[in-house]
Amino acid sequence: MWKKIYEWLDERFGLNDMYKNMLDRPEPRGTWWNTLGSASLFLFVMQGLTGIFLTVYYTPSPDHAYDSVQYIMNGVAFGWLIRGIHHWGASLMVLVVFIHMLRVFVTASFKYPRELTWLIGIGLFISTLGMGFTGYLLPWHQMAYWATTVGTQIAGSVPFLGEFILKVLRGGPDLSALTLQRFFAAHIWIFPGILAALIGAHLYLIIKHGESSYPGKDE
Amino acid sequence: MSDSVSRRDFIKAATVAVGGVISLVLGIPAVGYLIDPALRASGKGGWMPIGKLEDIPIGMPSPFSFTSVQVNGWERTSTTHSGFVLRKSEDPKDMLILNSRCTHLGCTVNWKADADAYLCPCHDAKFSKDGKVLDGPPPRPLDTYTDFRVSEDGILEILFKAG
Repeated sequence: MWKKIYEWLDERFGLNDMYKNMLDRPEPRGTWWNTLGSASLFLFVMQGLTGIFLTVYYTPSPDHAYDSVQYIMNGVAFGWLIRGIHHWGASLMVLVVFIHMLRVFVTASFKYPRELTWLIGIGLFISTLGMGFTGYLLPWHQMAYWATTVGTQIAGSVPFLGEFILKVLRGGPDLSALTLQRFFAAHIWIFPGILAALIGAHLYLIIKHGESSYPGKDE
Repeated sequence: MSDSVSRRDFIKAATVAVGGVISLVLGIPAVGYLIDPALRASGKGGWMPIGKLEDIPIGMPSPFSFTSVQVNGWERTSTTHSGFVLRKSEDPKDMLILNSRCTHLGCTVNWKADADAYLCPCHDAKFSKDGKVLDGPPPRPLDTYTDFRVSEDGILEILFKAG
């Protein structure tokens, strides 16, 4: 029975072709270093899921942000676990994405025909840092507040445009409810959207070109 | 290959088993996290002190008020409740405790000694000394606090039920 259902779906979706092209493609003999891209993807999905769960209780307003985070940590069942995973996963993701990038650089995997994969990867790395920067403010405690004060000041030190950039980031001259709200929007909509789109392109290119391989002894 | 498991099948089974354990370990906290507020006991109420028994006069309604606190998540909402104690005799059991919330639309009724009645400022409702409707739109008599006690140091307490 299951076989019939599967065949019916396969005829319409092309599940077998999808499996062959996406997962059953030939792989060069790799090392553990080649798994860091998959690890990054896993972390992205995990951060996405725990992030969605956090928004069930988190409130991005200066009046409630801190209290709602305290409530997640101390009041909600397993809230400490969900936020713990999101918190540590964030640092881990920046680390893993960065090491993945280093590996691609060291093995020169960015060369023809994979230049675009590399460029999109740079976008992915910057967006990951953007996620870290915007997420850091959301607990709205002293460390978050002052880290964002300093971080936006650094962006504000750009010649000529600095003040404008600072105001765009903060939603005004000072850190306020507007800052918290726009950081929240960037953190849950804008950056995840960019990341998802870039990840799609990144994966497509990897499937299209295959993974780069180390040269053999006789090459 | 009937009595030995192939490497491929072993890996498959191990993947399913480990995956199952992981989804269970993550799934239970995830569901618990989402339904947590529904599993919490709502406001319990409790015994509220409303005054020294010896300070409450006999034979005429004496006003009191107390505050209850409702906790929702990280928010605490205080509500003030008020009412009247009518001691009918020296006996500490012989008293009537009325809620001063009008049973019509919830305004607070006041005791008017010259009218010998509770009057509601909103729609001219009139209740007798023991809470019965004398005039106006209220559908039923004033609510009463039926559970009360006097503590060892002479404080009158009433049982407040939340909700």
